[in-house]
Amino acid sequence: MATVVVQRPKLKWHEKAFVLSTLWKGLKITLGHAVRMLQGKTKVTMQYPEQKWDDQLPEWYRGAPTLVTDEQGRERCVSCQLCEFICPPKAIKIIPSEIPSDDPWAKVEKRPKEFDIDMIRCIYCGMCEEVCPEQAIFLRKDYAITGESRAEMVHNKAKLYEIGGVREGLVNKWNELK
Amino acid sequence: MTVLLGSIDLTFLAISLAKIIVLTFMVILPMVAYSVMAERRGAAIMQDRVGPNRTNLPLTLLGFKKDLSIFGMGGLLQPMADGLKFILKEDFTPKHVRTFYFWLAPALTMVPALLTCAVLPFGSELNLGFLGLAHPVKAVIADLNVGPLYTFAIASLGVYGIVLAGWSSNSKYPFLGAVRSSSQMISYELSLGLAIVPVLMVFGELNLGKIAAAQDADGWLVLPLWGDGLSPGRLLLWIPMLISFVIFTIAMFAETNRMPFDLPECETELVAGYHTEYSSMKFALFFLGEYAAMIIGSGLAVTLFLGGWSIPFGPLLGLGYTPGATPLWLGLLHIATFFAKVIVFILFFIGVRWTVPRFRYDQLMKLGWLWMFEIALANVLLTAVIMWLVPLK
Repeated sequence: MATVVVQRPKLKWHEKAFVLSTLWKGLKITLGHAVRMLQGKTKVTMQYPEQKWDDQLPEWYRGAPTLVTDEQGRERCVSCQLCEFICPPKAIKIIPSEIPSDDPWAKVEKRPKEFDIDMIRCIYCGMCEEVCPEQAIFLRKDYAITGESRAEMVHNKAKLYEIGGVREGLVNKWNELK
Repeated sequence: MTVLLGSIDLTFLAISLAKIIVLTFMVILPMVAYSVMAERRGAAIMQDRVGPNRTNLPLTLLGFKKDLSIFGMGGLLQPMADGLKFILKEDFTPKHVRTFYFWLAPALTMVPALLTCAVLPFGSELNLGFLGLAHPVKAVIADLNVGPLYTFAIASLGVYGIVLAGWSSNSKYPFLGAVRSSSQMISYELSLGLAIVPVLMVFGELNLGKIAAAQDADGWLVLPLWGDGLSPGRLLLWIPMLISFVIFTIAMFAETNRMPFDLPECETELVAGYHTEYSSMKFALFFLGEYAAMIIGSGLAVTLFLGGWSIPFGPLLGLGYTPGATPLWLGLLHIATFFAKVIVFILFFIGVRWTVPRFRYDQLMKLGWLWMFEIALANVLLTAVIMWLVPLK
């Protein structure tokens, strides 16, 4: 048995009488902290709405998942629904639609008619980004996602493209210039 | 009847009423609110946090861009917001309580705490000659000749509030808290009383105002460095007085259920102790009563040991008290000195709370009965021997 018997520390008489030395020792620690705080030497919590940590976010920060368009303004998503299947909390809901034959991107064949991400369910795991064969879904650095109702917390396609914006210079497999 | 009515001094009544209203409702109660605030901010700066710093005058409700912070320091209106919250919260009385005592208990905690401030001399005297008053007004609500006795008599009523709260709540945690509180208060009231016996022996006086005046003239009990305080007898008495002061302070911590002795509340063991079943304003009354007791206790300790309203080295600096001839500005300065000392004492309370861990129950009883009681008794004897051997003057 790996039992370690720990002896209680033997206290001296002035430590037992509590007021004499231990109170002083304790006060030295707490007041030391207080003095350092009052001098402004202690690093404390960020005052959130006034100060933000946006400029300190790491490169790999996983914020809100968004949809992106490429440099020709084509939506990258081809509604393969892989992200919908991989999503652990089942936050993504896609309704695919066909691209009509008179469209310049008709050869892509499919694009999402509706693309909803429920931000109440989303756990920011980044699996959708990982699994996307078209590099259409990206996790951006937005973290303050708020809304006053459940319906507001569901990001629809327009909202997703609005946050996502344009991503250039990735795979351009549907481009003519390839 | 006419004789009785004729004997009533209306000026005296008016002045007393003014003193009661100003001291209790305009000084002590705001001080209670702000000592809660100081407690929270103090705890925060000792624990490397920020504390409540957001509550400002809500000008945004009136359409302004920003809330107004007072003195540029955020959060100074936190106590008002807390009070408002307590008033607006649901006042819930559980089914299983004894309603009458359940309602009585919070009042029994708050009222004695406020009553004791009647005998505290919060200043020397105010020369209100410009108001047409012939005699200077003494800065104490009731100039009783039994000051400390009155304080102890009323303060020990405070335990009834806690015991009733614990008993009428009819559930186990409040009950345990109440039992602990009663035994703790009884144990520590002994040392509290014995600790001031040497003080009363030195002054031969039970009037707190006269005790403070004597300390102003001859040096504080813990700082006898001017007037008669420099006589060999008083210098020798310094030792028992310091012992008395330490014992009095520790016993006062126990009396007011403050940190190393907060076993009646003891949130890690007893949920919230005796006020577990209370909510809204009834809970707030317990809370405020605790802080009011702390302020009054600090006031008593300051009056007995730290010279009350007297300014250190006052007589040497020409800031001493001369009965009947103290100018108004000096009277006001004395009042300010008293409250400055009380505030320093409260800050000490707060510092200790966030420093010392809670006692175990047997340690608490051991400290009370085996150490403080004996030391206090021996201290009385020591004082008597010194006073017998070395004449004070």
